[in-house]
Amino acid sequence: MKRELHEIWVSGTEEPEWVRDSTDEGTQKMSSQERGGRLLEQTGSTVDDDFIVAEEDVPEDELMIVNMGPQHPSTHGVLRLQLELEGEIIRRCKPIIGYLHTGMEKTGEELSYLQGPTNVTRMDYMSPFHNELAFSLAVEQLLGVEAPPRAQAIRILMTELNRIGSHQVFLATAGMDIGALSMMLYGFRDREAILSFFEKTTGLRMNHNYIRPGGVAADLPDGWREDIDHIISTALDGIDDYEDLLKHNPIWEERTVGVGVITSEEALAYGITGPNLRATGINWDLRKAQPYCGIEQYEFQVPVGRNGDVYDRYRVRVEEITQSLHIVRQIADSMPKGDYRTEDRKITPPPRARIDQSMEALIHHFKIFTEGFKVPEGEAYVAIESPRGELAAYLVSDGSARPLRMHMRTPSFASIQGLPIAMSDSLIADTVATISSFDPVIGDVDR
Amino acid sequence: MSADPIIAVLAEQFDGVEWGLSSGQDVLMVPKELWRDVAQAAKDAGFEMLVDETAVDYLGVREARFEVVAGFLSLEHNLRIRLRAAVPEDDATIASLVSVYPGANFYEREVYDMFGITFEGHPDLTRILMPDEWQGHPLRKDYAMGSVPVQFKSSPEAR
Repeated sequence: MKRELHEIWVSGTEEPEWVRDSTDEGTQKMSSQERGGRLLEQTGSTVDDDFIVAEEDVPEDELMIVNMGPQHPSTHGVLRLQLELEGEIIRRCKPIIGYLHTGMEKTGEELSYLQGPTNVTRMDYMSPFHNELAFSLAVEQLLGVEAPPRAQAIRILMTELNRIGSHQVFLATAGMDIGALSMMLYGFRDREAILSFFEKTTGLRMNHNYIRPGGVAADLPDGWREDIDHIISTALDGIDDYEDLLKHNPIWEERTVGVGVITSEEALAYGITGPNLRATGINWDLRKAQPYCGIEQYEFQVPVGRNGDVYDRYRVRVEEITQSLHIVRQIADSMPKGDYRTEDRKITPPPRARIDQSMEALIHHFKIFTEGFKVPEGEAYVAIESPRGELAAYLVSDGSARPLRMHMRTPSFASIQGLPIAMSDSLIADTVATISSFDPVIGDVDR
Repeated sequence: MSADPIIAVLAEQFDGVEWGLSSGQDVLMVPKELWRDVAQAAKDAGFEMLVDETAVDYLGVREARFEVVAGFLSLEHNLRIRLRAAVPEDDATIASLVSVYPGANFYEREVYDMFGITFEGHPDLTRILMPDEWQGHPLRKDYAMGSVPVQFKSSPEAR
């Protein structure tokens, strides 16, 4: 034990063979490469150097590796970054993930399709409805079932409200990370109205298990229209506060404009989607390009940035709140009447009252909650636009009541992969601003 | 029903690549030797983005145990395509796509971590989600769910 510690402490200073590749904390070595070539190696593609400050040749002993996280408060959970510093400049950055890995994809193989949403809703805990929706749509794609119009409208209503809430938390945490502490209070204050509505509708503030294959779990509560009006007015008032505080704030601009830049090509190469992609100037939103749940009926615009820096990513999200509110208002005005889940009794349980009257209903109820429903053999990949980008469920069914494979394609996973591009050759002081501007949710990364 | 012209052209470039529909979605079945070539052709055909790469374990279902699945997205043509390649257990390797799509890096590390499939030409094929010294590959079907004994405060032993 003593010897090991000794080896760690003196590694790299006296005898090169003592450099350790692996410790209890995982590998402590960044892949060694020549300068110039090593950025290529680390990111796998040629990248634009955003700004190079120091001179070219620096002796190895002036480079320092700093571990940031996994306990660092600004890493949005348990993200760990290995930063190779040259003075105050980050030369290389290596994200290390897995600290929140809970094997949800493995768990998903043990749960029936009805239990599935309970599992996936815990992945991206900032936007649980989107997880449930992606999963449910994939199951419905395999079944060949479509939810009734009212269920579709409720789904869009809930996911758009969730998008607003998620972006408000983004503004809150990004503001706090950069030093605008009031922003944190504003963001969480305004999300409260949305969470109360979620609680009223689904019974829970997060991890709802509300959107299920075949429809939604329950109809909207009495008085939902007034709640929506309240949410809209609170959110609009909130946006005024955010704009007063940040929009033309010189300190905020100083910290965000031109910081953490990624170009469109880099975003495409790394599979970065959602607001992070749109901030680079690409107009791509799955709600417009590949609409789901009838979202094409509603009118809204896709905000697009230009520079792909922290400021643009922040602007895109503020504008998206406005657009989502617009969608929510339209849905509230045109909510269709009818069933909130499909009437196919093989998939959704019968109403409670029917169970006392009908033997058939009792059997269906029993079968659904013990065995679950069988899904035809096949595989499907269904993507939706979550607040962080393309969120998709890839389901493989072998014809039984449980998926053979349940995989979620999560947007934060790709965003984390893009962090080194945004950070290499930038100042260490901008690290926190860059991380929070990508809005990663570690539950979404590690699953 | 026939494929979109872009996908049809892509499939015709190679012998042994078969186009099919799976739940109404375009799928190309690719022999694993052609994996990287087809991905390169897909990129040239306008599929700018690799959105997803994962694997499925068909233990006891199919002869070739694993299947590597990669999803591609074309923003320009608003198209999706999924490539699937069977990978047998005794030779669980496939070409890495990192040189074509740099974003494949993390996805392939995850597949390596979870399924033990190695990717030839990957720059840094190490475990990504599990600890470095972890034994086994959790998403394989022969890897049991297992449990960790829970220590309750008042009880002397874990149960």
